[in-house]
Amino acid sequence: MLDLTYEAPKPKVISGATGDWELVIGMEVHAQVSSKAKLFSGASTQFGAEPNSNVAFVDAGMPGMLPVINEGCVALAVKTGLGLKAEINLRSAFDRKNYFYPDLPQGYQISQLYHPIVGEGEVLVEMGEGVARKVRIERIHLEQDAGKSIHDMDPNMSFVDLNRTGVALMEIVSRPDIRGPEEAAAYIAKLRQILRYLGTCDGNMQNGNLRADVNVSVCRPGQYEKYQETQDFSHLGTRCEIKNMNSMRFIQQAIDHEAKRQIAILEDGGSIDQETRLYDPDKGETRSMRSKEEAHDYRYFPDPDLLPLEIEQGWVDDIEASLPELPDAKKARFMGDFGLSDYDASVLTAEVEAADFFEKAAEGRDGKLAANWIINELYGRLKKDEKELGESPVSPAQIGQIIDLIKSDAISGKIAKDVFEICYTSGREPEEIVETEGMKQVTDTGAIEAAVDEVIAANPGQVEKAKANPKLVGWFVGQVMKATGGKANPKAVNELVSAKLGL
Amino acid sequence: MSIDTETARRVAHLARIAVPEEDLPALAGEFNAILGFIEQLSEVDVDGVEPMVSVTPMRLKRREDVVTDGNQPQAVLANAPDAREGFFAVPKVVE
Repeated sequence: MLDLTYEAPKPKVISGATGDWELVIGMEVHAQVSSKAKLFSGASTQFGAEPNSNVAFVDAGMPGMLPVINEGCVALAVKTGLGLKAEINLRSAFDRKNYFYPDLPQGYQISQLYHPIVGEGEVLVEMGEGVARKVRIERIHLEQDAGKSIHDMDPNMSFVDLNRTGVALMEIVSRPDIRGPEEAAAYIAKLRQILRYLGTCDGNMQNGNLRADVNVSVCRPGQYEKYQETQDFSHLGTRCEIKNMNSMRFIQQAIDHEAKRQIAILEDGGSIDQETRLYDPDKGETRSMRSKEEAHDYRYFPDPDLLPLEIEQGWVDDIEASLPELPDAKKARFMGDFGLSDYDASVLTAEVEAADFFEKAAEGRDGKLAANWIINELYGRLKKDEKELGESPVSPAQIGQIIDLIKSDAISGKIAKDVFEICYTSGREPEEIVETEGMKQVTDTGAIEAAVDEVIAANPGQVEKAKANPKLVGWFVGQVMKATGGKANPKAVNELVSAKLGL
Repeated sequence: MSIDTETARRVAHLARIAVPEEDLPALAGEFNAILGFIEQLSEVDVDGVEPMVSVTPMRLKRREDVVTDGNQPQAVLANAPDAREGFFAVPKVVE
């Protein structure tokens, strides 16, 4: 595992009229479990189905229907917990969170308030080379998602689709360890990366499969350290919760606006009401979501329809044994085994697909060269075509061939780019391209020597200047390369030119 | 703890049960009787006693992660007072 030591990033500081303020942020991330069926029914979780077609009577809250837990969802939650180095609770239990809303036909959400399935864990959030925040995870619990209300299809009515009702969510609750808007976005990104590596949530934020409630408070410098020493929240300011955010950009903007709003109130001598707020990206402000008389009173109680969820340590061990290599470990290995830079290793481990592509291309080869070819040439070319790595017309094996051709001095790096382009557009094999197109580098010293002699003989003026200014060797090399159609080995040309000019 | 008329009104509202104003004092009285009974139960010392969740030793029943249900929108919507284009239609609710 990663044994590098990290420095903690500096907290974001906002200067107010009466002095500096720091931000304290905790997040509740709702990640949709990537199961086929719902948490307590056999209806499908498929996104985009016809309205109300992925609904069992359990989901619709029909009288007499009983929930039966989906073991696959439990396994994915356990896997997520293990991926976040968290404790797994062998005994957890389900509670009812009661409230009324048209997209919640049961009248309650089944959740895990008192005994969550996953306990304390952690996420390492990198904020640059050698700088990272360790964000503590407080808990992960399993719960049901609500349905979807659509308000813009009719002027007087809301339309309700229960397809999402009862789909399993993991609510991943962090401690208030995040200290700025950028860190908040980086935390979500890292969590998303881990979930995608684990395959427990697809991380699709646009479809709402990963969304966050963000708790923001502000405090004076020094107060946060007192909180960390004592874990006593009274050292921190009163927090407000910004609900249901599914864009990293909006999360950052909302935190910024909310912090400034709180600072303005505090500096005017006011106090912050603990409340739920919504971010309006058009107006660039957060606003209160529920009025006082509708204040939360969820009247939680243990769900009498469900016995406690008991799992066996052996079952957890089996899941642990099946864990894939996770981003931190993979990145450390890429840096250690292939000698990649921190940046290259981060880019190539961002997605499992990229890491697999790289490993196939780099296997038994120069890892740095493979990383360069993938990051600079392939990614650059794909970006030009607005394509994803999955749609790449060049395979890892073909990148490998190009590297082998360069390493065996069969082609120069410059010619390799032409080979790559032909391979990219035609799908032909690099080895075949070099052979058929006669692109093989001239390594025959005799032939290169002849070309060098010719260039020297034709440019006596330049030869004189080169004696005074050895940098002109480059000019001669260029001329020779041109004369040989770029196929001469630049290293050999360089050596010959220097020797012949007596430099 | 004692339930007054105001609390009874609030509990009724949270449960979305319409209780006529004149019935609230009686409802509060019933709540207090129930709470009195629970207070009596609280006198029993249960330190170190595991809460009993089932009268028979049972394991929570589980299902495999397989799609076995759904594709019955007509049946799901059959009891809806109003449904349009496959959706439940309800009076406008926007927070």
